[in-house]
Amino acid sequence: MGKLIPRPERTFAEQAFVPEIVKGLGVTMRHFFKNTFNKRENTEIVTIAYPEEKRVYPERFRGVHRLTHRADSSPRCVACLCCSTACPAQCIHIEAGEYEPGDARYGYERFPRVFVIDELRCIFCGYCVEACPCDAIRMDTGVHMPASTRREHFIFDKEMLMSLPGQDGTYLTGNPRHEPGDPTHPGLDRDHHH
Amino acid sequence: MDTVALVSTLLKILFVVLIILTFAPVLIWAERRQSAMIQDRIGPHRAGIKIGGKNITLLGLLHPLADALKFIWKEDFIPPKADKLLHSLAPIIALVPSISVFAVLPFGGYLALDHIMDVVPPDQFVRQAFGNDVISLQVANINVGILYVFAIAGTGVVGAAIAGYSSNSKYALLGGVRAASQMVSYEVTLGLAIVGCFMVYDSLLLQDMIDWQRAPRIAGFSLWGICVQPLAFFLYFTAAIAESKRIPFDVPEGESELAAGYFTEYSGMKFGMFFMGEFVEVITSSAIVSTLFLGGYDLPFLEDWGFDAFGFVLPLPHGIVVLLQVLTFVVKLVILIWLQLMIRWSLPRFRYDQIMKLCWKLLLPLSLANILITAIVLLLLQG
Repeated sequence: MGKLIPRPERTFAEQAFVPEIVKGLGVTMRHFFKNTFNKRENTEIVTIAYPEEKRVYPERFRGVHRLTHRADSSPRCVACLCCSTACPAQCIHIEAGEYEPGDARYGYERFPRVFVIDELRCIFCGYCVEACPCDAIRMDTGVHMPASTRREHFIFDKEMLMSLPGQDGTYLTGNPRHEPGDPTHPGLDRDHHH
Repeated sequence: MDTVALVSTLLKILFVVLIILTFAPVLIWAERRQSAMIQDRIGPHRAGIKIGGKNITLLGLLHPLADALKFIWKEDFIPPKADKLLHSLAPIIALVPSISVFAVLPFGGYLALDHIMDVVPPDQFVRQAFGNDVISLQVANINVGILYVFAIAGTGVVGAAIAGYSSNSKYALLGGVRAASQMVSYEVTLGLAIVGCFMVYDSLLLQDMIDWQRAPRIAGFSLWGICVQPLAFFLYFTAAIAESKRIPFDVPEGESELAAGYFTEYSGMKFGMFFMGEFVEVITSSAIVSTLFLGGYDLPFLEDWGFDAFGFVLPLPHGIVVLLQVLTFVVKLVILIWLQLMIRWSLPRFRYDQIMKLCWKLLLPLSLANILITAIVLLLLQG
């Protein structure tokens, strides 16, 4: 014995089809009038004219990297290589440079002479941002990698990374930074260590 | 034929052709835009002309233009083993009848050129006031009237059938067969549904039918065809949608199983002609429905001498009245076309057996019953 599946029970009005057509037309007409004769923000339209209008990505969206600035618009990065070490795709290349002797920062920290990210290799995991002790690398630009037919366009050097602002439009970060000689936060260097 | 008649006929033909040829591309836009509004999208907005750095898109109205350009520049491909003559002939046979149906449809009342600024005396018609030497605003006032519409519209099926037959493709052939059987079936209902109208209007001439609908019947109100023949309106409208082979009756195209049906093997402007023919059919069927059932160019309370509602009379010059009538006709046309597009975007496709069942087991008996009931009521009213 097979299982007896009961026929769907339909009322006479449903069988007659016409009232159901009118009902369906009612739904489509409601959408039509609402979307046609209202201002755009009052409609139910969900699509956008993409390249002209863009959706704002959520605040924590991981977009293209940027290197944050100090107050004197040099990079916050101290070339500690934490990010390139954490990077599972090995897409970050850093060459560290020493400050000139006599510079306040000499012996206190280094700076990135070369800082290159291969955005084609990057998997946008965000580990570099997590690893950075200085809040120097961020992915809060709110921009996804634009398409290109040339590989060179995906190799982002230091100048390129520093030219991108965050989603809030600034090049700085909210985190404080203490320069050498700051009496409120002496920090450590080769002369002042424990 | 004197010069005035010749020139006026040419102008009327120009007007009708202009209506069709402007409505058809606009309909392509309207269909896309309207479906977008129904489905909560923004629809076509990309095609534009750049003037001074500004991209002018006219809400996507330039898309039909881009479509037409693309149709014209595409390769006109004929399958190697297709019948070349019939394959090229089919789109013409499909498009021309639906345009020529418009020849007998009146888009306005009677126009007396010498009396454009004059006011028709109250309670007189144009022909009474200005003599019979007036221009009837329809291309051809032939005495078979509405029968011409069916004779011409009936040939539309030939185009679809030949297109399917000559393409040498099984999809096209199946589509052609489906189109032929569907259109022949619904033509029966189409014709029978309005026999009731002939009996009520007592004429086959479309101008006479509109005159009947304009004349005051009950308490000074005129009765449109939809009031005296509501069932016929419903039957005719359904059959007309089926005749145009559009959703929900689009099994001849049935892209899920037949590629594109009878015009699978067509490209370029020949495909464009089938495409346009579909929209022209929507226009003509809307025009016929508005003429037969919605009073044609009749605006309520607009008589030949001006507005006349419940004793309040606003006399209008004859020319203005005719202009209002033509405008009314166009507005009714637009509303009916809009309604057809709404139906097209609301309903899913019928199964093939459902289409045939709907036609032969439901619409046909109903149209026969409609004739019977109309005849009985007319006999009782006369007796």
